[in-house]
Amino acid sequence: METIVFGLLNGVSYGLLLFMLSSGLTLIFSMMGVLNFAHASFYMLGAYFAFTITGSTSFWIALFIAPVLVGLVGALVERYGLRKVHANGHVAELLFTFGLAYLIEEVVKIVYGKTAVDYRVPDLLNFAAFEIYGATFPAYRIFVIFIAIAMLVGLWFLLKRTRAGLIIQAALTHPHMVGHLGHNVPFIFMTVFGIGCALAGLAGLMAGNIFVTDPAMAVQMGPIVFVVVVVGGIGSLEGAFLASLLIGLLQNFAVGINASFAEIFAFTGLSPTSEVGDITISSLAPVLPFLLLVLMLIFRPQGLMGEQEL
Amino acid sequence: MNFRKTAILAAATSVIAIGAASADTIKMAFIDPLSGPFGPSGEAAYTSFQLAAEHINANGGVNGDMIEVTGYDNKVNPKESLVQLQKAIDDGARYILQGNGSSVAAALIEAVNKHNARNPGEEILFFNYAAVTPAFTNELCSFWHFRFDAHADMKMAGITDWIAERDDIKSVYLIGQDYVFGQAVAAAAESQLAEKRPDIEIVGNELHPLGKVKDFTPYIQKIISSGADAVITGNWGADMQLLMKAAAESGSDVPYLTFYGGSKGAVSSLGEAGIGLLYQVSEVTTNLEASDEQYALIEEYKERFPDYDYYYHRAWNAMDMFVAAAEAAGSADPIPVAKALEGLTIEHAYGSATMRAEDHQIQQPLYISVVSDDVKYGVDNIDLGWKLVDAGTISMESAEQPTTCEMERPE
Repeated sequence: METIVFGLLNGVSYGLLLFMLSSGLTLIFSMMGVLNFAHASFYMLGAYFAFTITGSTSFWIALFIAPVLVGLVGALVERYGLRKVHANGHVAELLFTFGLAYLIEEVVKIVYGKTAVDYRVPDLLNFAAFEIYGATFPAYRIFVIFIAIAMLVGLWFLLKRTRAGLIIQAALTHPHMVGHLGHNVPFIFMTVFGIGCALAGLAGLMAGNIFVTDPAMAVQMGPIVFVVVVVGGIGSLEGAFLASLLIGLLQNFAVGINASFAEIFAFTGLSPTSEVGDITISSLAPVLPFLLLVLMLIFRPQGLMGEQEL
Repeated sequence: MNFRKTAILAAATSVIAIGAASADTIKMAFIDPLSGPFGPSGEAAYTSFQLAAEHINANGGVNGDMIEVTGYDNKVNPKESLVQLQKAIDDGARYILQGNGSSVAAALIEAVNKHNARNPGEEILFFNYAAVTPAFTNELCSFWHFRFDAHADMKMAGITDWIAERDDIKSVYLIGQDYVFGQAVAAAAESQLAEKRPDIEIVGNELHPLGKVKDFTPYIQKIISSGADAVITGNWGADMQLLMKAAAESGSDVPYLTFYGGSKGAVSSLGEAGIGLLYQVSEVTTNLEASDEQYALIEEYKERFPDYDYYYHRAWNAMDMFVAAAEAAGSADPIPVAKALEGLTIEHAYGSATMRAEDHQIQQPLYISVVSDDVKYGVDNIDLGWKLVDAGTISMESAEQPTTCEMERPE
């Protein structure tokens, strides 16, 4: 019972963090067709900007300013980098963002140093929200859950229920038509890219103090974001949401299960001391998302909610 | 005009300086993580070795030669370490300093053995200041390898001695990193507890991937629901810090007995919650009684490197032993130095340390300390620091462990 409750709580809070991070990536891909390898780098920038702003003012000011700053950086990258590269096709874009990820990491190392910075949870939220089975659940994580849900609702509303959202969607499929109607299509693209990056920045701001804010955080988060986006279906916001929760729950439940292969496959006569029988489910937890990625690509290449095949 | 005079003067002094520097440079290569999740662990040791070398050079060097410590970033990757080792050798280094990661140390020992067998006359020595898998001074022991830190079985002996006295501890949870070192810690804990306190139940024995886990909350919750009275962990670097972060968030209130609770950020992650809960076993802590000279050194280190704390006292031990050996041998060449190091005893700021000749394992007292707010020196730039627990001193004799080493020595 404890395992289930803990698994649910942690799975949902971790899953929602993943969603915050991957929603920007999937948004950019669905709107612009750009697979942004530097996405996790914007996540890192969000954490570092938040650290700087928190140091000179407060976390609450950082909460609004840091994502906007990251969004502006993203918009500048689109305006002066991606837009020029775009003419040379998708491979060029891919390579551009790939290089950008390294560039951002090195710049962060030069500015903030190679080691972790001391970015903390704000005092106002640094308490235990409730206690369950002897373990407490921090208030800050509940805050993260709320922000993530607010973000999901806000994003969905913007895209599906507002005029701006309609224009954005139209600009993707019929850019020339939208342009002829008098809308500034390049500006729309720049805005979308900026918003996507700002969302990653927001995720960095929320996660940087739960985990560690260091120059390696982008590289470590990068792969899992792509797993979320591919499993959810590239370009699908709903899919990314489901996939994030799925991966969050999967990983957290797996850690809680002590059973080894020998116990599960006892009927096959697997010995508990053998190489394979010795492996426990909990030790497999970090691999599971990638296993899911491979299985998904084999059996359902379009992902959970994706419309197009890769 | 003035400027020109200065320029001439500078040119003149530099000529003199070149003349004076005809003494040789002893190159030491520091091969450890200097970036990434374990970067702080490497950086803190690197700065310690550099400061130690600076002091030695300021005091006239080693037989008149100057020591130069250069950093090579290996990202805790054994493969990358071998590349860096080759680079270091090509740069003229004859001494290798490494400590973070037994996986790396194992690869380096093998590579150094091979290099020395193939290049007689160009031998290199490996000074291991922190990779504590017992095998390196047992079945894998090598003449070219010296360990300046107590190994896992020795540290575990300290922890289990302490547990043996605590009747209120009836169950223990083991958690560690899934590689050769973490496995060695778990094995040592199991066998030593079975011997010293057979009534203690081991309610969990968990290994997690090295440097990959971001959120330790599920692991902590397992510890809480297991009802363990104490946790033993060999985690270091980011894995130690994140484990403590999750423990603080989840309100876990059992003692954590660690090898590396002194990893940067672990104490500040727990904050006040760590008082009386986070323990570490180490060769010293800055709050032990020491001379004013040592206090001045601790303060100098903090002033020079405000991001870190004086933690790697063993870096000074290693350097002091090297100097003593090189002076006794009258040479800074690896073979004479290695022979002089065998059985060498030095007096350092907190007592004495001996390099056991049979297996090149340093022998020294160990101390168990706990996080406290009543200390001279805090860590992580907060007021909390390490305080020796009652009966926390483990004498050199009780920390000493037998060895199975059968060393092959050069002629």
